[in-house]
Amino acid sequence: MGAKIKQVEYYLPERILTNEELEKAYPEWSAAKLEKKVGIKQRHIAGPNETSLDLAINAATKILETEDKNLIDFVLFCTQSPEYLLPTSACLLQAKLGLRTEIGALDFNLGCSGYVYGLAIAKGMINSGLCKNVLLVTGETYSKFIAEDDISNRSIFGDAGTATIVTYSEEDMLGEFVFGTDGKGAENLIVKELTARNSYILQNNERPTLYMNGPEIFNFTIETIPPLLQKVIAKNKLQVTDIDYFILHQANKYILEFLISEMCLDISKCHIDMLNYGNTVSNTIPIALKDSLEQGRIKEGNKVLLAGFGVGYSWGSTIITL
Amino acid sequence: MIDNFIALFADALEKEKSAVAINDEFRNYEEWDSLAVLSLIAMIKQNYNITIPRKDFDELNTVSDLFEYIQAHR
Repeated sequence: MGAKIKQVEYYLPERILTNEELEKAYPEWSAAKLEKKVGIKQRHIAGPNETSLDLAINAATKILETEDKNLIDFVLFCTQSPEYLLPTSACLLQAKLGLRTEIGALDFNLGCSGYVYGLAIAKGMINSGLCKNVLLVTGETYSKFIAEDDISNRSIFGDAGTATIVTYSEEDMLGEFVFGTDGKGAENLIVKELTARNSYILQNNERPTLYMNGPEIFNFTIETIPPLLQKVIAKNKLQVTDIDYFILHQANKYILEFLISEMCLDISKCHIDMLNYGNTVSNTIPIALKDSLEQGRIKEGNKVLLAGFGVGYSWGSTIITL
Repeated sequence: MIDNFIALFADALEKEKSAVAINDEFRNYEEWDSLAVLSLIAMIKQNYNITIPRKDFDELNTVSDLFEYIQAHR
């Protein structure tokens, strides 16, 4: 008994925010420098009335063009920008997609580690016989939490939605997982406003605002990720040379190149491409998977290491066989 | 040793080595930005295997402060 990824699709909002546009708004800021060091040229931004759920629905609709929606027996929706405080966005997604009512659906709130956790939950449910076809959806619109004058975060983050079918398979194609959590890092990447801890009250018409302590997130990543990769490779009883391709959360080019150099990985086997998307949080890994498959960088039978890490702090990794 | 550090420091900030003096307050450099912070943290981790917490980094002002911090934490 096992589970495998059957199909991945993604959707990007129409509006594109280019480096040149940002440079006009912040004359002291350099578009060329950002592209060279951070590896981002543009990012897609959700419209004023476009939500994470809308992006997720658009991605899922692409999948349902070829998949029989009646076979889906569970929906997992990863988002940190849900449609409402309640009800669960996954319930709305079930109705909007016209999925059967005899299925389970739930949201889970994770950021950059979310896709790996979603695969783990789907695998666990399939392998224990609870369901056979899981629709794993991610949708994120951090842009709505970013202040107009916050050039650092505006230049990094982009919005997107993705959908993945995880299905029953004779052979287990989703390998062993390694997880990690350290809530002491919560304060370094956080949106505090309009939450229970702050009585759901907004002061002076302010919007919920994303705060990121970049240097601390960088420190967390360089301390945590190299041992995470070592552990997941050992847990899967493999050597680093057995891995055909590495898809790490596409935070930014700078940090990925640093990690690759620290771990002495073969850079030609490592995915670095957020040029046209920016950091799309829980969407980066499925977008990278889809692009790599389409561009022929990975193919059937390959072993691909996935690793997500960030807000929480939360991190997780697995090795999949295509 | 300090000479080697200044070379690494200048390289991290993409400055000419001759444009860096030991008593410079690096936050006053024209090229100082949030990416420069990461560049220095990365350079120090890679060359000295020291991770500088943000709160410590915020208290360092000059090239010399940074060098002394590294010496004290090696």
